Amino acid sequence: MADTIGSAGLNAVKTPLFREVRKGEVRKHIITLTVRNELGVLARIATLIAGKGYNIEGLSVGETHEKGISRMTLEVIGDDVVIDQVVKQLRKLIDTIKVKDLTDTPHVERELALIKVHTATPRARDEVLRLVEIFRCRIVDVSPETYTVEITGTEDKVNAFIELVKPFGIKEMARTGKVAMKRESIPQEEE
Amino acid sequence: MPRKGADIVIETLKEEGVEIIFGHPGGAIMEVYDALYRDGSIRHILARHEQGAGHMAEGYAKATGKVGVAMSTSGPGATNLVTAIADAYMDSVPVVFITGQVPTHLIGNDAFQEVDIVGITRPITKHNFLVKRIEDLPLILRQAFYIARTGRPGPVLVDIPKDITQKLSDVLIPSLEEVKESLPGYRPHLEGNLQQIKKAAKLIMEAKRPVLYVGGGAVQAEAQKELVELAELMKIPVTTTNMGKGAFPELHPLALHMLGMHGTYYANMAVYNCDLLIAVGARFDDRVTGKVEEFAPQAKIIHIDIDPASISKNIVVDVPIVGDVKIVLRKLLEEIKREGAKLYFPEERQKWLERIEGWKKKHPLTYRKSNTVIKPQYVIEQIYEATKGDAIISTGVGQHQMWSAMFYKYSFPRQFINSGGLGTMGFGLPAGIGAKLGRPDKEVFVIDGDGSFMMTMQELITAVQYKVPVKIAIINNGYLGMVRQWQELFYERRYSEVDLSVQPDFVKLAEACGAVGFRAEKPSEVREIIEEALKIQDRPVVMDFHVDREENVLPMVPAGKSYRDMILDDGKKAIEAETMYLVG
Repeated sequence: MADTIGSAGLNAVKTPLFREVRKGEVRKHIITLTVRNELGVLARIATLIAGKGYNIEGLSVGETHEKGISRMTLEVIGDDVVIDQVVKQLRKLIDTIKVKDLTDTPHVERELALIKVHTATPRARDEVLRLVEIFRCRIVDVSPETYTVEITGTEDKVNAFIELVKPFGIKEMARTGKVAMKRESIPQEEE
Repeated sequence: MPRKGADIVIETLKEEGVEIIFGHPGGAIMEVYDALYRDGSIRHILARHEQGAGHMAEGYAKATGKVGVAMSTSGPGATNLVTAIADAYMDSVPVVFITGQVPTHLIGNDAFQEVDIVGITRPITKHNFLVKRIEDLPLILRQAFYIARTGRPGPVLVDIPKDITQKLSDVLIPSLEEVKESLPGYRPHLEGNLQQIKKAAKLIMEAKRPVLYVGGGAVQAEAQKELVELAELMKIPVTTTNMGKGAFPELHPLALHMLGMHGTYYANMAVYNCDLLIAVGARFDDRVTGKVEEFAPQAKIIHIDIDPASISKNIVVDVPIVGDVKIVLRKLLEEIKREGAKLYFPEERQKWLERIEGWKKKHPLTYRKSNTVIKPQYVIEQIYEATKGDAIISTGVGQHQMWSAMFYKYSFPRQFINSGGLGTMGFGLPAGIGAKLGRPDKEVFVIDGDGSFMMTMQELITAVQYKVPVKIAIINNGYLGMVRQWQELFYERRYSEVDLSVQPDFVKLAEACGAVGFRAEKPSEVREIIEEALKIQDRPVVMDFHVDREENVLPMVPAGKSYRDMILDDGKKAIEAETMYLVG
């Protein structure tokens, strides 16, 4: 390209000759939305994200304290630049009231899992009980062969617990998407 | 007083000032058609296909700036609207689409003529609604109009189940204030950030080689006066996109005409070499930028747009200003004048304009003329002269569309109506009918291709029925011309499935429909039949121009390439014709 520049000055300062395409880091983004609880709002949001070619990794929805207003937490893996565009598009939806990408803001994240673990032997029952205590979770259902454990916490905590009970055999498991909220306080160590 | 849902629909449309509806009836929408008949005060145009109705509503909206309305029944009626809905979405056209739906208790049961049109059109509408309670009907309809016409305009669909149109209710039509309050998340930003406007003003005064790049947003905002003032005050050349045509008068000495894929040499050279690009209501479409890395490589960019999501979508900008184009331009002018409208580099600015003059002289927009065969560009020039540049032009999609953009000179907004974003073949005729109905004071020319015309030609009979005197000029080359051109240039002349030489006799077709038909096979006949056509004011006229079959649209920047790869009208590449210097 140097032959078409015609000005040595440009080369000297190493200005990129052509505009660079914007690319961002690919990572997991946590996006929270406040939406009007209208027919099809979930489909609208999912369609928008899928239409950009992104997979929704996690999604949780529930009503807020205000009637008719729901809150969603979305997890999407993607390029920073494109996610910024997705956030702008989400803001444009008529039913959305607030959209925020919490990824780079101090925030609290929690998810909930119900895990039904095989505990047929007394030893297994003891071990699982001890793990439940260490992880500060609760047993919500008991049968001669199983314990059903309820655990809430960060993704890492839930993953760690699952890894530890896996050797006993997991019979069934249900996991919610994440819920997240911006911190008001200075970040503290997680409990 | 309790009245039927269908009557509430008509009442709300009247409240919104709707004068005309384009549509096609059917089972699920029948109650509304009955109410329309009983009321008698809104005009209805019976299109012969729902797609036609949709494009007519678009043409009406594009020509008048008002919200267009198209109506259809459920199922196939609704799906036939989909192309028009997507087209309106891509070009930000304010249209409210009303579809009938099967009765509430049958929804989801695969009932006769049932389709989930709200689901289907979710990604191609600004918003859409399914009315579930009659009490919500007037509010939803008013919300639809409000959403369609405000902010970045766009299509809104309202799907109304048949039983809702039959039920009785005494619900009142809500006021505009109530409509706004009911949409807490929808607040279009109009004013523009003052700090950013100040920054922009400074950049504009400091620039040595600025260019204004004006798009459809400036047409929507009707900002011509402000644009002309800014360009003249600051001596800035102006290029307009396909959608921005008419936003800046093309006969103005500062006009650079269109840029991008089929842009002029001088517009593309100016953008390639500018040090400041001021994008006004334009979205950096790939047909404009080509290879984004090499688009305006030296320039700082100011972007004024009402849609925050449009900003930095394709190209990162230096000064983003979210707001209504007209309001922002006014404030920008105030700011510039407050600073004394000072040019920091007046001599450089003068040199820049001279350089552009040089490019204009070197490669003006032109074509090789002929005495024996009709050149398509010649037809358009003759239409331009015969109509003294004052007609509204509606086109289909293809070569004829680009020639119409190049060889007719547009001087007012809403004068050039075409499908810019979706590129819908078959758009021209129905959109032209809608435009003529909206602007009966103007001559409306539909410049169509033979391929495009054949996609919606049944609407000719609609134009005959309602005595809409549109003038249809078919640029007939017996090919899908644009595809053929690409095959010639990029596929070594392998003309795969583009031959359209088997076609109806368009003159006889016109006559069969009750329209007037003319044919021209020699250049000498062209002007004559245009003049004849202009005399006919009680029905449509079809002019079949048999043109040079293998004429190409040039200049051209191949898709995804840089402006440096622009092919000029002599077949040479810009980079070979002249060093594509970065002036600096």
